[in-house]
Amino acid sequence: MSELDSVEELYQQVILDHNRTPRNFRKLEDADRSAEGHNPLCGDHLWVFVRMEGNRIGDITFYGAGCAISKASASMMTEAVKGKSRQEAEELFERFRRLVMGGDGGSLGKLAAFSGVSEFPVRVKCATLAWHTLRSALEGKEETVSTE
Amino acid sequence: MRSAGDLIGISTRKRAEHGFDVERIRRDFPILHQSVFGKPLVYLDNAATTHKPRIVIETVSRFYERDNSNIHRGLHQLSERSTKAYEGARVKVQKFINAAEPREIIFVRGTTEAINLVARTYGRKQVDAGDEVLITEMEHHSNIVPWQMLCEEKNAILRVGPINDRGELLLEEFEKLMGPRTKLVAVVHLSNALGTINPVRRIVEMAHSRGIPVLIDGAQAVAHLTVDVRALGCDFYAFSGHKIYGPTGIGVLYGKAELLEEMPPYQGGGDMISSVTFEKTIYNKLPHKFEAGTPNIADAIGLGAAIGYLTGVGLDAVSAYESELLAHATETIGAIEGIRLIGTARKKASVLSFLIDGIHPHDIGTILDKEGIAIRAGHHCTQPLMKRFGVPATARATVSFYNTREEIDALAAGIRKVKKVFA
Ligand SMILES: Cc1ncc(COP(=O)(O)O)c(C=O)c1O
Repeated sequence: MSELDSVEELYQQVILDHNRTPRNFRKLEDADRSAEGHNPLCGDHLWVFVRMEGNRIGDITFYGAGCAISKASASMMTEAVKGKSRQEAEELFERFRRLVMGGDGGSLGKLAAFSGVSEFPVRVKCATLAWHTLRSALEGKEETVSTE
Repeated sequence: MRSAGDLIGISTRKRAEHGFDVERIRRDFPILHQSVFGKPLVYLDNAATTHKPRIVIETVSRFYERDNSNIHRGLHQLSERSTKAYEGARVKVQKFINAAEPREIIFVRGTTEAINLVARTYGRKQVDAGDEVLITEMEHHSNIVPWQMLCEEKNAILRVGPINDRGELLLEEFEKLMGPRTKLVAVVHLSNALGTINPVRRIVEMAHSRGIPVLIDGAQAVAHLTVDVRALGCDFYAFSGHKIYGPTGIGVLYGKAELLEEMPPYQGGGDMISSVTFEKTIYNKLPHKFEAGTPNIADAIGLGAAIGYLTGVGLDAVSAYESELLAHATETIGAIEGIRLIGTARKKASVLSFLIDGIHPHDIGTILDKEGIAIRAGHHCTQPLMKRFGVPATARATVSFYNTREEIDALAAGIRKVKKVFA
């Protein structure tokens, strides 16, 4: 793989698109869970808001600022987990993490666009920040998640 | 052996402008000659740490090969040689910053430890409840946190001098913050995030006219500007070896002898005592009072070699050449559409902090890295400063005298590439 390719592999069109126009990018007024995530290394800082419907994620939004990878990841995560149960979301996170660490994540749909992250080990934290924050929101933890 | 200055054959500013032989300089730095991701390395992260000329690397390894021994305690030949080399390095530092005496030079691990030393000794003794320590908005965390810790312990107050949008200290405001309760002023000489050169001499005059001592964080300044602590009149001056072409793990605290004499020791242990009984310990004299335990002998000697190298090239020539590079960078990169420069002080050196519209600095750093270009992306350990500018981070290129115009052009091309990826 040429180096140009690895950069293009990282910044795939779908990622750039979600960075430019993030989906579900707002505070959720009727959220019943939320959590704050912070990546001190590059200053990524975001909040994830969740409204549960029974055991399922009824609605999910995020808000904050960060690099393209963290923002696109958060945006695509909100789309991927809406309607999923807590266990399903957890399982998806596990597979997503395997993918960005260079392993096999199985079929991940659109999230497969993040496979290029594995070539950039320092960016793994950017890609997983939103997921860590979601997990913390689902667990109902109070403290800020930090990727350090 | 001829000095680096002889080899390069430059000494005056004028000749530097027209004939600084950067290729010859580059030959002295082995690390520069490598490829990263198939591209020639372009190292523009010199504010984080600088590379080492061969003479420094060889001096350190020669010390371990021939002279290695503990100092100030052995009677044998190797110990004598080690002691002489270590104390010789102290004299080199003394002359380099024009301190009055070698005993005013304390070897520490780096700028951070130097500032902590002053906070924990001078600060703890002099600062009481309700007293104030005055810093600026552009300080590195290492010139903020030690004072915060001190103020918390003593119920004292940390005051912060504001800056303008160019990143210049507002001197009149700063002076107004110097009051009867101000026990110390601590300012950065050259800002690592903005490149601003602070008018430290004026600041010292202002503070001294009110009887307030001044500490200067010289971590960035010493590699780029001629520093004369007696001309500045400052009471303390701190810097790190690794940012001035020397080894990591060694740094310097300069303090005026009369202040150092009155300060309690920093750490207790061997070397810092002249006699110990279980009832009472008599502290050693300066500088040993502040150098408890076996110091970083080899790297202190390596720092001496780095200073020798830098003064051989000549700081005037270095400053002149680096100013040209920075002007070229400011011009070419500042002209790229969508670029915003952070830190546009009228007096600045080495640092080009920038943002690209709509692109996070971390993404800039990643793409440039794949082009072989090393810059820093982040808050640069100056989070309050980033907040002042309303940004989470910046991308920062910092130049050294071993960088070339072509490397600046490579950075500009890299930035265009970043913009293309995000177009
Ligand atoms: C202005 C300034 N002060 C202090 C420091 C801390 O230096 P060190 O980490 O070598 O102790 C730095 C290094 O980044 C700096 O740039």
